[in-house]
Amino acid sequence: MSKPQFVYVTYIETTPEKLWQALTSSEFTQAYWFGAEVRSDWKVGSAFALTLDGEITDSGEILEADPPRRLSYSFKHQKYEELRGEPISRVVFTIEPFGSLVRLTVLHDGFIEGGKYLGAVSNGWPAILSGLKSLLETGKVLAIPRAALNKGFDA
Amino acid sequence: MSAMDEVFKALADASRRSLLDRLHAENGQTLNELCEGLEMTRQAVTKHLAILEDANLITTIRHGREKLHYLNPLPIHQIGERWIRKFERSKLAALSELKRQLEKRDE
Repeated sequence: MSKPQFVYVTYIETTPEKLWQALTSSEFTQAYWFGAEVRSDWKVGSAFALTLDGEITDSGEILEADPPRRLSYSFKHQKYEELRGEPISRVVFTIEPFGSLVRLTVLHDGFIEGGKYLGAVSNGWPAILSGLKSLLETGKVLAIPRAALNKGFDA
Repeated sequence: MSAMDEVFKALADASRRSLLDRLHAENGQTLNELCEGLEMTRQAVTKHLAILEDANLITTIRHGREKLHYLNPLPIHQIGERWIRKFERSKLAALSELKRQLEKRDE
């Protein structure tokens, strides 16, 4: 396996169970993931899909599911023509108690070096994870314009 | 010291910022790779990396037999969220892009 392209870490004032729920329930993801919904039964081998306004943007498979500790899925972009040729990538979420906080690590690999999708995704994650943190800690997310997500496509 | 104090303290040093720049240019480097071409001793780099890691500005993972260092932009992103109002965001992005384009032409 080639080395991961990026690894993000954030500390959140919450419980592992609530964080797991926030990663796997559309009710939560819609609030912090630019309105996207996650669809899966979260069992290893099951299908995974990310949808926006009812349309599938990315799809893949659940690779690991150990609630509330570790979740991993593969995904491949479906919506934009110019990103469809990019290879399947993998994301791994690791949830660990850290004192009174929870440490969330997001690791991503499988992108083409310099590929368009890596640019698009690495632009998106910091905003998504900041939104997730503020949603769990304060119940609110700063409204991030969806355009911020698309910025990476032409970067 | 609060988490944000640690971030600002870690950033208040040109050598540490240059280490972040190197990871921004190429993410996931070993200590040896990070030391290449630097004036700093290996010991100094190790010390700076520990301060950056404590501030959560970098993170390390084991990959096979190697320890790799990754830039973690989340604390910096959160500083931005705190002081940049959402309606300013697109204007600031446009200004940053303008600055980048103009400075590129001067090179």
